[in-house]
Amino acid sequence: MISLRIDDTPVQAEPGETILQAARRAGIRIPTLCFLESLSPRGACRICLVEIRNWNGRLVPACATPAQEGLDVVAHSDRLTALRRTILELLFAERNHICAFCVSSGHCELQDLATELGMDHVTFPYRFPALSVDLSHPKFGLDPNRCVLCGRCVRACAEVEGAFTWGFSGRGVGTLVEPDLGGPWAKSPTCTGCGKCVQACPVGALFEKGKATSEQVKRPEILAEVTERRPRA
Amino acid sequence: MPKVRLATVWFSGCSGCHMSFLDLDERLIELATKAELVYSPIVDIKEYPDDVDVLLVEGAVGNSEHLHLLQEMRAKTKILVAFGDCAVTGNVPSLRNPIPREEVLRAVYGEGEVPGLEEGAVPKLLPQALPLHAVVRVDRFVPGCPPSADRIWTFLQGLLAGRRPELVGADLRFG
Repeated sequence: MISLRIDDTPVQAEPGETILQAARRAGIRIPTLCFLESLSPRGACRICLVEIRNWNGRLVPACATPAQEGLDVVAHSDRLTALRRTILELLFAERNHICAFCVSSGHCELQDLATELGMDHVTFPYRFPALSVDLSHPKFGLDPNRCVLCGRCVRACAEVEGAFTWGFSGRGVGTLVEPDLGGPWAKSPTCTGCGKCVQACPVGALFEKGKATSEQVKRPEILAEVTERRPRA
Repeated sequence: MPKVRLATVWFSGCSGCHMSFLDLDERLIELATKAELVYSPIVDIKEYPDDVDVLLVEGAVGNSEHLHLLQEMRAKTKILVAFGDCAVTGNVPSLRNPIPREEVLRAVYGEGEVPGLEEGAVPKLLPQALPLHAVVRVDRFVPGCPPSADRIWTFLQGLLAGRRPELVGADLRFG
C-alpha cells in the first residue's frame, strides 16, 4: 500500500490508483467533469486540479495522477476554488450553455458544478458561437452548443462499445465532437445506436429525442456496470 | 431607521422575475415596512429618481434604450443587482446572439421597413443581448429563470441585514 496525505488526512492507496481514487475511498470529494468511472482518465477539463505541497505547490489533475508514497495533496483551498471557478467560467463562456433552455437543466454536471463552486456569474465575455445541431439520428440528438469537449462520449464509444464512432475535429475552441469523419450522425456506418455516449455525456450535448427536460436523466454509471460484468482477460 | 429606497426595472426579459417577486405574497407587507418602492414597472413613476439604494434589474441589455437607462441608473444607484438569468447571463434573449442583427429583425418583420435597425421611434437593437456586467459594474447576482420567491426573499433579507454573500449553495443555480 501507498501512504499519502490529502487535505492533511492520511490516506492509503493501492499501487496504480490515482489521487482521485484514493480521495474518493477516503470520502474526500474532489469535483470532476471529464472523469467517468470505468473510462480511461483524460485530464481534459482540469476541474479536479489539486496542489502537491511537496512538489513546490505544483498543480496536477487528480484523475490522471498516480498516488505516490509521501505525497502531500491539497484538494481544497481558496486558490483551488478560484482556479476551478475560472475553468468553469471559461467553459460557460466558450459555448451557449444557457440552462433555462437546455434539455439537461436539472440533471447537468456543469450546472451542478456552478452551484457547488459558487459561480454566480461568468466574468469572461461570452463567445456566442453559431453551431448547428445534428438531429439526424432517429433516437438521439447532438447539440455542440452544450458540449464541454470532455470526451466522455468519445471514450465510452471506443473503450466500452468498441465502435470508435466519435472523435474530435478541429483545434482549440473550434474543436467539435463528430461521428466518423463528419456528420450527419444518422449516416454513420460505425454507430451501433447503443446510446452509451448519451448516458456518458455530463451535459446536454448528447440527449435522447422525445424526452422532456424533466425526463432527461442520464445514467453515466451504466458504463461501469457494463464493464464490471464483463469477463476479464 | 429610514426606509431603503428600492427600485426595479425590466429590460430584455419576460417579466417572469417580477412575477416571482410578486410571489413573495405576504412577505411583501414585511418588505414594505423596510423598503420604499421608488421606481418600478409596477408603480406609476416615470423618472428614475436620485439616490436609489437598491435596484433589481431584470432582463438583458438588448437595445440602445436599455443601454442608456442602465448607465443612468448605475450612476444614481448604490447597489445594482442583476436579477435573474437574463440579467446575469443573457439567457433566452441571447439566443439571437449568434445571428446577425439584421437577419433577426428581417425574420421577425419580413420585407419592407424594419424598426430597430436604426435609431428611430423604436430604439436600435444592439448586435447582441448582453448580461448587465458586460456594460456596467454589477454589485450582486441573483441567478434563476426565474429566481424563486424563496430565493428572492433569502437574498433581500440578507441584503437588508448586511450579510454577505446573500446567496449560497442551492440558491446559486442557473435555469
